[in-house]
Amino acid sequence: MIHQYKLNGYNIVLDTYSGAIHTVDDLAYDIISLYKEKSTEEIITSMLEKYKADKTITREEILSCIEDIKELEKAGKLFSKDIYENRAFDFKNRKTDIKALCLHVAHTCNLNCEYCFASQGKYHGERALMPFEVGKRALDFLIENSGSRHNLEVDFFGGEPLMNFEVVKKLVKYAREQEKLHNKNFRFTLTTNGLLIDDDVIAFVNKEMSNVVLSLDGRKEVHDSLRKTISGQGSYDIIIPKFKKLVEARGGKNYYIRGTFTHNNIDFLKDILHMADLGFTELSMEPVVCAPDEPYALTEKDLPILKEQYELLAKEMIKRDSENRGFTFYHYMLDLTHGPCIYKRISGCGSGTEYLAVTPWGDLYPCHQFVGDEKFKLGDIYNGIVNTKVRDEFKLCNAYARPECKDCWAKLYCSGGCAANSYHATGNILGTYKYGCELLKKRIECAIMIKIAEQNV
Amino acid sequence: MKRITTINTRDLNKSLSVGGCGECQTSCQSACKTSCGVTNQKCENVNA
Repeated sequence: MIHQYKLNGYNIVLDTYSGAIHTVDDLAYDIISLYKEKSTEEIITSMLEKYKADKTITREEILSCIEDIKELEKAGKLFSKDIYENRAFDFKNRKTDIKALCLHVAHTCNLNCEYCFASQGKYHGERALMPFEVGKRALDFLIENSGSRHNLEVDFFGGEPLMNFEVVKKLVKYAREQEKLHNKNFRFTLTTNGLLIDDDVIAFVNKEMSNVVLSLDGRKEVHDSLRKTISGQGSYDIIIPKFKKLVEARGGKNYYIRGTFTHNNIDFLKDILHMADLGFTELSMEPVVCAPDEPYALTEKDLPILKEQYELLAKEMIKRDSENRGFTFYHYMLDLTHGPCIYKRISGCGSGTEYLAVTPWGDLYPCHQFVGDEKFKLGDIYNGIVNTKVRDEFKLCNAYARPECKDCWAKLYCSGGCAANSYHATGNILGTYKYGCELLKKRIECAIMIKIAEQNV
Repeated sequence: MKRITTINTRDLNKSLSVGGCGECQTSCQSACKTSCGVTNQKCENVNA
């Protein structure tokens, strides 16, 4: 399977199953599009007619180009076959170790964001803070179930995790002791709205967190319209100086300024550029996840505008990069030469198998997006996973599990997409959240175009 | 090739034999939390 598209002056051809990427001129682009459908003579006739004004396009030139395409096909870089589907990828029976936990240390929040998928931090339940003993047991559970995996990830999540900062500090201390005993390496992430950031938090986070995710929606008016304090005030002015101080003191370690865009700011490029203009360089911006009847839900009419925004973002990033004031956008990060292997490309995020969410009282869910939905409860940190039916459904949830992904060129870029998005859009984790697919495909096209532009080919 | 330039990419077919160690970062854990994109993850298999 191949995918052809034109963007920012580049003609790009992707070969789905090998992962190969080609840039081609107009003639090669047209020939490739006909290559599997037409005979050589039909292609020659068609191309001579189309390019009749160009005297350099001769029968020999067209034949030479067809030979090059044949060569690439033979080398497995064009029209390569799907050798994965029928192989022994026995996902149901494979042994999966747990390598990442999303620790919900605080099911409470000091913001009252209207669009919060977690129902203002409560996840449709009672407010709660995770006691140290629960967190400690969760870390033990992770170590016990991680097999030979060395790198373990723990995300302190909420609600607002800094509302339980003392427990976070104690858990990190405990994990650092345990990692030496068990030959593990803990990588911590903290996701915060920023309100409680102070000098102590900055010193701790910058020492211990390998990544920190700072929530900011962009322009002040956009941010403040949905991210409000309990008293209804906007939070932008409180958090910006704190975020700046934290990032300046971070010494180059990973962080993301992470925003959510909604129907209210479909011109979200302005928000990303606002983040960049504030001096932040590691940026992430996600479409809102919500019920379709919410006033801020993205609509079908928004879709072409959003796609255009992604294209404009890509072009602006290339421009700024050439001016030595570039920034990173999470979804445009691609490591083409040393990126994920085919196993990762097929299996995806690992929710429900390698990655679990833990509630403040120790229940296990496939990921943070399912917390609070009882039918997805997998078990708890004391008894392990007991709901093997749901666990096995998640094991089988991969790039080959969704019928609608069968003919999609992007399936090895998204692994079939987010199970939570599928579930919320269709009622089935094996459904397809088509709106999300459209956005993801556009982001992949843009990301690859940027890589090509970087290589100046 | 005169009209086609191939970008240097990891050959997914070949990664069948050396991949699958699982040391890489969990996709959703890093920044997005709401969408699955795996291609922005780095491979952490030093032997791959």
